[in-house]
Amino acid sequence: MGMPFGPEREDLHLVITSDPLAVRGGLAGLLASPLLGKLNEAERGTAEIVLAEVLNNIVEHAYANMSGNIQITLCSQAGGICVNIHDQGHPFPQEVLPQGTLPQTCPTNGLPEGGFGWFLIRSLVQNLTYRRDNACNHLSFVLPVEPVVQTVSSSTPT
Amino acid sequence: MDLIATAHGALLIVTVCQDRIDTASAIQFKERMREVTQTPSDRVLLDLSQVQFLDSSGLGAVVGVMKLMGPDRRLELVGLTPTVAKVFRLTRMDTVFTIHQSLPDGMRKAS
Repeated sequence: MGMPFGPEREDLHLVITSDPLAVRGGLAGLLASPLLGKLNEAERGTAEIVLAEVLNNIVEHAYANMSGNIQITLCSQAGGICVNIHDQGHPFPQEVLPQGTLPQTCPTNGLPEGGFGWFLIRSLVQNLTYRRDNACNHLSFVLPVEPVVQTVSSSTPT
Repeated sequence: MDLIATAHGALLIVTVCQDRIDTASAIQFKERMREVTQTPSDRVLLDLSQVQFLDSSGLGAVVGVMKLMGPDRRLELVGLTPTVAKVFRLTRMDTVFTIHQSLPDGMRKAS
């Protein structure tokens, strides 16, 4: 934050309301943006899974039944897409991110039907951090991106 | 949530005609599946080939449908697109469901 952004930086800011349909629309907008549009199909899939889980988690748990806004900032950096997400909802319990262990089959209830979200997020992102500050939740992480293969033609002697 | 169910003897093929099963649609998906699987069948084959995205709520709904069907009927999956397959693989749910690459011969979508 506060860093001067050069013209080559393609920062993307989006604010959505805390609602499952707004999340769906926001995801469509983010995935169509130049920043995520240039990723390969697998990376875009990963981005959609992670962003969906994080945003739906905020709708469901941070804001619960309250209304509110979710601020999303994406920027390109070496090795990936840096994502910052802010909301003014409830903090995580003990202000700590869920462990996100894979839910196990329960002897009485059988297969798990939930609890996969944080497992998916933790499986797919790097540098995950959470901070509670001024009644605001700040989540940040990096979506890893394969370096674009440079064409060799320019360096090949002719 | 549009689902098309077609009976082929003891096999019921249910095609999801929607491009996502997400938090906004998971409950509706589960309810519609509950309705269409009332048709008696030994096996239900859920065709997900049109579904480009499924989140953890959608995954939970698919698991929920299998549990609703009870222990005597099988829910199998077919046509997982790459992102959907990734969610099943990461959560190890690909070891719980029988997943087919494509519909059985002669049972491709007629629409």
